Amino acid sequence: MARGELTTRLRALLGTAAPIETTPDGVPRVAPRTTAECALLLRTASADGWRVRVTGAETWTPPDAPADLFLTTRALRGAGLVSAADLVATAETGVPLDTLRRAFADHGAWLALDAPGAPGRSLGSLLATATAGPLRAGFGLLRDQVLGLTLVTGDGRVVTVGGRVVKDVAGYDLAKLAVGSFGAFGVVTTVHLRLRAIPRADQTLVGTGRRDAVLDVARAILAGGLTPAALELMSPAAARTDAWTVAIRLVGTGDEVAADRAAVQQASPIPLVERTGADAAAFWQEMLDGGTAAPVTLRAGALPTGLEDALDLVALHLDEAVRDWLTVTVPAGTLRWSGAAGPDALIRFRDAAAAREWPVTIERAPWGTCLRLGHFGAYREGVHRLVTGLRSAFDPAGILVAPLSGNP
Amino acid sequence: MSALPHALDAVSGIVGPRWVRRRRAERETYASDGLPTLHALPAAVVLPASREEVVRVIRVLAHHGVPFVPRGAGTGLSGGALADPDAILLVLTRLDRILAIEPDDRRAVVEPGVVNARLSRAALPYGLQYAPDPSSQAACTIGGNVAENAGGPHCLKYGVTTNHILELDVVLPDGTEVVLGSPGGEAWGPDLVGLFVGSEGTFGVATAITVRLVPLAPAVRTLLADFDALRPAGEAVSAIIASGVVPAALEMMDRNCIRAVEASIYRAGYPTDAAAVLLVELDGRTDAAVADTAREVEQLLRAAGARQVAVAREARERERLWQGRKKAFGALGRLSPDLIVQDAVVPRTALPDVLEAIDAIGQRLGLTVSNVFHAGDGNLHPNITFDRRDAAERARVEQAAAEIMEVCLAAGGTITGEHGVGRDKLRYMPAMFDATTLGAMRDVRRAFDRAERANPGKVIPVHACREWRTGGWADGRSSDSTASPSAHPPTRPPAGAVSVEGGT
Ligand SMILES: Cc1cc2nc3c(=O)[nH]c(=O)nc-3n(C[C@H](O)[C@H](O)[C@H](O)COP(=O)(O)OP(=O)(O)OC[C@H]3O[C@@H](n4cnc5c(N)ncnc54)[C@H](O)[C@@H]3O)c2cc1C
Repeated sequence: MARGELTTRLRALLGTAAPIETTPDGVPRVAPRTTAECALLLRTASADGWRVRVTGAETWTPPDAPADLFLTTRALRGAGLVSAADLVATAETGVPLDTLRRAFADHGAWLALDAPGAPGRSLGSLLATATAGPLRAGFGLLRDQVLGLTLVTGDGRVVTVGGRVVKDVAGYDLAKLAVGSFGAFGVVTTVHLRLRAIPRADQTLVGTGRRDAVLDVARAILAGGLTPAALELMSPAAARTDAWTVAIRLVGTGDEVAADRAAVQQASPIPLVERTGADAAAFWQEMLDGGTAAPVTLRAGALPTGLEDALDLVALHLDEAVRDWLTVTVPAGTLRWSGAAGPDALIRFRDAAAAREWPVTIERAPWGTCLRLGHFGAYREGVHRLVTGLRSAFDPAGILVAPLSGNP
Repeated sequence: MSALPHALDAVSGIVGPRWVRRRRAERETYASDGLPTLHALPAAVVLPASREEVVRVIRVLAHHGVPFVPRGAGTGLSGGALADPDAILLVLTRLDRILAIEPDDRRAVVEPGVVNARLSRAALPYGLQYAPDPSSQAACTIGGNVAENAGGPHCLKYGVTTNHILELDVVLPDGTEVVLGSPGGEAWGPDLVGLFVGSEGTFGVATAITVRLVPLAPAVRTLLADFDALRPAGEAVSAIIASGVVPAALEMMDRNCIRAVEASIYRAGYPTDAAAVLLVELDGRTDAAVADTAREVEQLLRAAGARQVAVAREARERERLWQGRKKAFGALGRLSPDLIVQDAVVPRTALPDVLEAIDAIGQRLGLTVSNVFHAGDGNLHPNITFDRRDAAERARVEQAAAEIMEVCLAAGGTITGEHGVGRDKLRYMPAMFDATTLGAMRDVRRAFDRAERANPGKVIPVHACREWRTGGWADGRSSDSTASPSAHPPTRPPAGAVSVEGGT
């Protein structure tokens, strides 16, 4: 269908006031205002075979995929329902993260999530990529903060699971399927989130040195039986200094944080500098901002004891001069790298990681790289069939443009 | 002739005749799980000894089209591990090896039949524990915990089973072996580990489970607060959580439960004249820090109306307080021939109203309802003691259970927080989920098990699903609630159609 014709169809479906624009490449971009509109669009797209690419604020990935239609969550802006007493919130997925943070803070509540990316990154884009930040060490992944959601499937069915309660095992946990699947199963329009009371004390300790020296600090802290809210290694570029950095974040009541701080200081073989308040917040934010400076961002899941090896692999295949943005969540054994390596180098890195049973997820990359490598690359044996079955159940016409396993 | 006898002969060749139980008396032992009201006699009970045997058995069953039900210790409380006379019960308790404990990576790899408490004991020398601690932990298996996404008192601070599972070796119902997740827990593709946890044995059999271990807290204090009414006890729960203190556990017991415990050998010294007690556990790095937090919590408890607050520091004292909680079901079980343990979750702030409503239901129907539950999570366990030989009483129990679920749903809650749907709660699923969502869940099940042979008849009430078929909705309804003005009815693509980029 010609683009003009498609725009006419969209207006017929959603009314003349519907938010429809065109991308710089001339592709229509529509912003459904409700879950029902989103369902209507996807049902029609599925019936007519329009290839749909789902986007958010487009700060994370540009609209560079070949699609007939871009569907943006931008108009899904409800951030309203915060219950401070129950520490849960319900938000629509087009809401920028910084808006959400402010809304929660107004209620004395806090979402334990500090993902890299622009502050205006949409909640939906985080859900799609399952991007995590340093707080993963203490609070888990985004999926651990999601209590339920509404998903519009590729063929326009509205699936609703979970709710504003903190425990729920009724039926299958479809929210887990939706989070981190790069939109391959549909569009998440609404999410219920677990919040926490804003910690009364929040302190950061920082040490610098050679790579393996700061890794030793992190290991010593783990060996001391501590699990800080964050225990992160940062490359010189990520920390914007000339040495490697280890940063520890402690949150909780004043007494708890004081006790943990003493234990961390005692465990650390090198002196650690304390940072507090706005200074500490700026330190972490600057690090996070760097995560999208280069065109490719990926994460690799190793083990805490395999981190030297994982870092060596990055140096070998992606960043010989150690100039790139790289951070490591030590307790989780995961690393996150952002740079400009091309597809061949990325494939070599991924193959080397796969040989060690470590998955490498391309969180963002130019379209050609995404398509060739796939966000996840080759799965482990037998998994491809499961994922294919799930995709065809949720998107039977295969209209959602989301290259999960790639075309090597 | 049915394929079953052939299948059983072949299975017997794999596991040895001793491990295939065919006699009625033997099968009777497995006819219920922890829920006494449901009963089903399996065709046979098969106890494989290894992953290889599980794979071979499942392949035989697939070949003959025989349904099967995985089973751990059979402590489930929703009738999930019951097999009908056309199905085989596959009991996994002989797969009970702890395959690895890796303290530096804070993880362990276990077979599914490992008993929960045994894993924590094994981790103890390394200063680590497996955090999810169902009250049944002395008996239930990690495989059963994974299948139910089990919780426990300390899950308030440390998270439920799904937050602790890194990697799963699974035998799919057609006999294919897959490994989901990765050694460190990073998803490898869509989060199939997250999807599998809580799938109640309908996606296949977990044969190896990699779990996260967490450090033991060096300092612990347990507080016991008693109240002369339910409402202030419920309000105290919200006050503590909202204060920013995160207790390791926050449990509540009501008067009926307190009295049952105090009348039993599990006596813990709870005041029998109290309407409710709260058990609050605090843990941390140092005794001084935990003592300070305990003082603060004590003030919050008193401000909410607690009559007394006792603080236990020594391990023996704490264990005694916990013993009453952990053995509460056992104590209740002594009061009458039968006990059903209900499970639902409500927003924490709804606890006072919901507890009063449950009390009223019990009184109106002339039943004793005792509450012992994970208050910090809003996860209720209203328990009803009864005598199943009394048909009229049984009917009232069923009615009470249904009314309790209704109250919890109306409060914005869910029909189960940790015990699962199994067979027992199928009837409430349509009140929780619309037909479209149930249809999507069934689709997901079929992606793992096209023939729906693994644990058939559980979790999804098939009659209530809306299916997506060529030409429209299979149940005859024309469309979704959001009416489709599209001129084109939705259709499935031709077989073999793939997504635009060819890969998944
Ligand atoms: C006194 C008492 C207290 C309890 N307290 C709690 C509590 O605090 N929290 C809580 O969450 N639960 C509690 N329970 C419920 C029960 O113990 C849990 O649901 C537990 O996880 C079941 O484990 P099991 O080994 O007994 O599994 P089973 O009852 O044998 O099976 C449960 C389900 O798991 C499936 N299954 C078992 N093994 C596997 C496997 N390897 N692969 C795939 N599927 C499998 C079965 O098909 C079935 O659907 C309690 C039960 C009792 C009797």
